[in-house]
Amino acid sequence: MAEGRGLVLKRPSSIPGFGLALGFTLTYLSLIVLIPLTGLVLKSATLGLAGFWDTVTESRTVAALRLSFLASLFAATVNAVFGTIIAWALVRYRFPSRRLLDAFVDLPFALPTAVAGIALTALYAPNGWIGGLLAPLGIKVAYTPLGILVALIFIGLPFVVRTVQPVLEEFDRELEEASASLGANRGQTVFRVMLPTLMPAILTGFALALARAVGEYGSVIFIAGNMPFVSEIAPLLIVIKLEQFQYAQATAVGTAMLMISFGLLFFVHLIQAWQRWRFGQ
Amino acid sequence: MTDTAVAPLLIPEPVAGYPVTTERLPVRILLIATAVVFLVLFLLLPLAAVFVEALRSGLGTYLAAITEPDALAAVKLTLLVAAIAVPANVVFGLAASWAIAKFEFKGKSVLNTLIDLPFSVSPVISGLIYVVLFGALGYFGPYLQGHHIQIIFALPGIVLATIFVTFPFVARELVPLMQEQGTQDEEAALSLGASGWKTFFKVTLPNIRWALLYGVVLCNARAMGEFGAVSVVSGHIRGKTNTMPLHVEILYNEYNFAAAFAVASLLALLALITLVIKIGLEWRYADQIAASRRH
Amino acid sequence: MDARAVNEVNSAAGGIWPLSWTTWWDRPMHVVVDNVVRTFGVTPALHGVSLEIEPGELVALLGPSGSGKTTLLRILAGLDIPTEGRVMFDGDDALTLTVQQRNVGLVFQNYALFRHMNVLDNIGFGLRVRPRSRRPSRKEIRKRARELLDLVQLSGLEKRFPSQLSGGQRQRVAFARALAIEPRLLLLDEPFGALDAKVRRDLRRWLLELHNKTGHTTVFVTHDQEEALELADRVVVMSEGKIQQIGTPDQVYDTPNSPFVFSFIGESSVLPVRVDQGKVWLDQHKLDLRAGDVPNGPARLFLRPHDVDVLDNAPGAIVGEVSVLRRHAGLRRVDLEVGAERNRIEIELPADLSLNLASPVAFLPRRYRLYPASQAVET
Repeated sequence: MAEGRGLVLKRPSSIPGFGLALGFTLTYLSLIVLIPLTGLVLKSATLGLAGFWDTVTESRTVAALRLSFLASLFAATVNAVFGTIIAWALVRYRFPSRRLLDAFVDLPFALPTAVAGIALTALYAPNGWIGGLLAPLGIKVAYTPLGILVALIFIGLPFVVRTVQPVLEEFDRELEEASASLGANRGQTVFRVMLPTLMPAILTGFALALARAVGEYGSVIFIAGNMPFVSEIAPLLIVIKLEQFQYAQATAVGTAMLMISFGLLFFVHLIQAWQRWRFGQ
Repeated sequence: MTDTAVAPLLIPEPVAGYPVTTERLPVRILLIATAVVFLVLFLLLPLAAVFVEALRSGLGTYLAAITEPDALAAVKLTLLVAAIAVPANVVFGLAASWAIAKFEFKGKSVLNTLIDLPFSVSPVISGLIYVVLFGALGYFGPYLQGHHIQIIFALPGIVLATIFVTFPFVARELVPLMQEQGTQDEEAALSLGASGWKTFFKVTLPNIRWALLYGVVLCNARAMGEFGAVSVVSGHIRGKTNTMPLHVEILYNEYNFAAAFAVASLLALLALITLVIKIGLEWRYADQIAASRRH
Repeated sequence: MDARAVNEVNSAAGGIWPLSWTTWWDRPMHVVVDNVVRTFGVTPALHGVSLEIEPGELVALLGPSGSGKTTLLRILAGLDIPTEGRVMFDGDDALTLTVQQRNVGLVFQNYALFRHMNVLDNIGFGLRVRPRSRRPSRKEIRKRARELLDLVQLSGLEKRFPSQLSGGQRQRVAFARALAIEPRLLLLDEPFGALDAKVRRDLRRWLLELHNKTGHTTVFVTHDQEEALELADRVVVMSEGKIQQIGTPDQVYDTPNSPFVFSFIGESSVLPVRVDQGKVWLDQHKLDLRAGDVPNGPARLFLRPHDVDVLDNAPGAIVGEVSVLRRHAGLRRVDLEVGAERNRIEIELPADLSLNLASPVAFLPRRYRLYPASQAVET
């Protein structure tokens, strides 16, 4: 054990098993995560910077990345708005079926993406329950970017609801009472006092939903048309390149996607850090 | 003191603005209706659609679809993959949370970030990385081919991809809980003469059993239902390397909708059972599951 | 407060109050609570409470938890509605007014400051949410907020956020915020309950000064009888949803009208006695005490432990045997066993008195109250 000066890596402890536990953990992580991810980065590096850039800026790739990102952004925004409303209704009101619906919010977490994919397609296809209602109005959902949006809304919804719910549950009623006593009507209390307090949670949920949506595959490929440049999402592009044995290009697109995802995650951490600094704990 | 903030739907119109901490009835009705319609539309209808479509062609077709040899092979493969991946992840989760929760060392936050990593990676990439390593044109490709070892397009690849996607579930449930519980119980047991392993099995494990079960249930649901990652490494060989989600895809692409939904309905049932267990554990053992509700 | 006094105070304070601000000073509010009942389901929290508060008075609602004091305060605020009864503000029915319309300043035990706003914005909130016709300009709001910040002696902290303030500072910001809307009534719900003992004492003094300066009708809720006696013009002692006694601090301390009030305010010791033909009897022993109009029969004698005279074997004294001796600062606390039934009673005696265990002590209370035994002590 290092003492006093010098690098203290671990505090001495009477509990055994540190070496075993940490060793196993690191080995597992290396084999499962680190080495494969390194392989990914190395492979995309074989293209060289120029090659990497070319692949990523190929018009088909750009279209796919843009579609994935924009559709995810839109879906996450819808989820932010409606997820907040749903969390509000579940926490603040009592109505029949409330508990059942609360339990079902987690369905997108539990349901396999492929099942969700074919179910949504069945619903929104021109002869489906909902697609059939929209077809006479000239609205096509399945096999269009709109269908992608629907699928991404499905898988992102629990993120917002579950991050907002706890904050709403713990919300101090006295703040609402104080606001009312100062003369604010209900709308002013909700929008000037409550929503600003909820905003970090909503943003976190939004970012998580967005990150998930960008990489989503299974629930999207059935309902999307998968037509290049129109309704082809980035993950699908990776799969196609793999099937054509274009490993390096596939990894390039993959790396680009990873950078987007990590950027989003970083954004989430920033929000949370800012919130801690601004509002205190 | 009455909770004046939670308003039942049918409370009479507020008297002189009371209760203060809720909205007027029309607003409440609108919000509740919006929430209910949204949830039914986006969550319940798809679920219902699975079962309706599965049984559309009658019970006979349904049963035939799920007992068909390729379907049964898919079920067997799914169960096998889960039977390998989940225990492996349990061991990992226990090891990782033991290291993180019972000791102080530098680099914990890096470790935590690594454990959370799969959540921010697209499933397709989760499969891609193994193809890049073990595929025909991958780094180890030639070596594996030379030794006639099949990883990609075979069980090992599927297991690896599934492990990648699901290992955080158990660890994420255990780490916060064990950190909350601290080291007192273990130190007490050790001071009374118990060995490390005895302490682990008789003191630590019982303390975390509900969180462990919770993590296992989530891990299993994801392991059995994973699609994107497995799709990339599997090769889609009917009867050999198709898990249930992949089998659903094949049937669907062949326009064999009834069969596709039939197999899908099994997965949907699994999802419902998972939800029931999950909710049950959250209601009964909320304080013994991870302090923060994270997914 | 009349206009002349207002101007005096204004110039004494350095003339920081714009004249428009003094308008509310010459009309602090008169409050009448008339037979207010509040039941929650089947549980009654208030059993027909009536109370009249004079303009400019500082009134304490004092009682243990469950006494209904907070319920009454919330009804005054408009956060709760009585099941029966009336509340009048300056002769107008207050129950038809919403919280927003009542123009009361509320201060909570846990401050209830808006954490995402800085101090200045918190204070100005009540002015910013006014309808356009009554809303001052942004500049004016900032100016008033700064003046209030000076009033509560927190100048310079405008840009701070609540999380960067101490508990005492937060509560003063809460006061400033409540005062900003020019309220006609101030309602304080255990305002110092969340603070350390020293901060609590400092803020009590500060509140008294503030009240003297502004002269609002103020009602505050507390379970701390020291606080109530120190601050209030009148104390309303409550228990189990009923008002036990209303009076000045002197009145409730010196002439409590029930066992509950006697034992809740200040220290008390109790002795079971008997009243017979206007005389007080302890066992077969006549005590030199006046029975007043307490009916014949069993009764209880309430006295303050420190309010006793030690007598050497005077015939009408209470005699007991020392069972426990404790030193307590400059005095001695003595447990005596009195009478055939060896009832325990605690009194406080000078430390220089020589006492041993089992030695006899004879004493009489200087001030005391007698209540019939049927009048229960509610806690």
